Amino acid sequence: MSLAERVLRGDPRAAARLISMAEDGDPAARGEMETLYPHTGRAYIVGVTGPPGSGKSTLVDQLTERWRQEGKKIGIVAVDPSSPFTGGAILADRIRMQRHGTDEGVFIRSMASRGQMGGLARASYDAVQVLDAFGCEMILLETVGVGQDEVDIVRTADTVLVLAVPGLGDSVQVLKAGIMEIADIFVVGKADLEGADQVGRDLAALQEIEGGGRQGWMPPVIKVEGLSGSGVPELLRVIGEHREYMARSVEGEVRKRRRLETHLEQLLAGELMEQALESLRRSGKWEEALARLGRRDCDPYRLAQELAEQILVSPPSP
Amino acid sequence: MPARKIRVVIAKAGLDGHDRGAKVVARALRDAGMEVIYTGLHQTPEQVVAAAAQEDADAIGLSVLSGAHRYLFSRISELLKDRGMEDVLLFGGGIIPREDMVFLQEIGVKAVFTPGASTGEIVDFVRRTVADRSGERP
Repeated sequence: MSLAERVLRGDPRAAARLISMAEDGDPAARGEMETLYPHTGRAYIVGVTGPPGSGKSTLVDQLTERWRQEGKKIGIVAVDPSSPFTGGAILADRIRMQRHGTDEGVFIRSMASRGQMGGLARASYDAVQVLDAFGCEMILLETVGVGQDEVDIVRTADTVLVLAVPGLGDSVQVLKAGIMEIADIFVVGKADLEGADQVGRDLAALQEIEGGGRQGWMPPVIKVEGLSGSGVPELLRVIGEHREYMARSVEGEVRKRRRLETHLEQLLAGELMEQALESLRRSGKWEEALARLGRRDCDPYRLAQELAEQILVSPPSP
Repeated sequence: MPARKIRVVIAKAGLDGHDRGAKVVARALRDAGMEVIYTGLHQTPEQVVAAAAQEDADAIGLSVLSGAHRYLFSRISELLKDRGMEDVLLFGGGIIPREDMVFLQEIGVKAVFTPGASTGEIVDFVRRTVADRSGERP
């Protein structure tokens, strides 16, 4: 039985192995992902992002607990940064989700950013696809939201939660502009701490300035206290409202389409580059181009254009 | 295809709450380019094995300072066998008396690093042993 077939039958080890293969860029993963694709598109994806220490994992734990009570199967992909120097990572998000560790209805996967340009977005998208086909009805995608990659990841979610907490100085400024634009719901975590109300007001104010052009869904601000769980039932209700909104609105359709489009663009760009570079290197044209650049014989923009035209006119043979 | 990353679950099971050693090892493995899933304190054997399964871990490093090593390691070894995960490298550290080393080896613990072991040794061991076994992966 192939890995994909085992995933469809609910074998967690097969799902774990396939996620690794996809993450590693293993060519053997492609055939498996192809088999799975028709079985995806059912899971609802909730992105959770915010500064380090804002309580994302605790919130994910709380949401999971409630959804489990409703009998839903949950997938969690928790992304942590890799060291840019060693390429290694310590992935500790599971610590906040202990109680779900042995629940077979919850699949938790920790993922490191690995420093590859755009690679993280691709790998996490694949992990979500696998968990979708595996049978997870809700998938929580948790990232730190500091880099473009992380913003890209969270964009692929159906509903994006952005967390802010009191006590981080001017915590609202910590949120990158890109994240402000993609938030569907603002969550003020650690609402029992002093300053929580102010953070709520800051978010609302900033939203008026930055999100002014936004139509349709206006992101509400919800206060939660992660450890006691207060505010979580309301948050769940609002997530439900957003889900309904996405299902019946044009915005929902647009976002779905854009997600597919972005993903396909990324994959296509990767494929084209790989094939083009290989062909140019093999034919010696790449070296020739570099030599011309070195001699100042031709400028790089013109050269890139020429090379692209050549490739398109006579595509590389397999 | 970029080089495969080695993924290691570092866990502390049982009642013992001293995790400095585990953290030192976790950092050393990270500095060697590995991905460490650090599960924190008071893990049950079931939690440790469930984590290793979902995270597709190549290895489990268990730190025990409470004296309950014989039970904890055997239980983990048993669970790994039940789940068809015997390819996962099991190693340990902490306070483990010499006289228990043979027992541990017999139940499948491939190495034990007691106080005095260097992090370099541990990193090399994991790297070497995981590479050897990767031909056996399902």
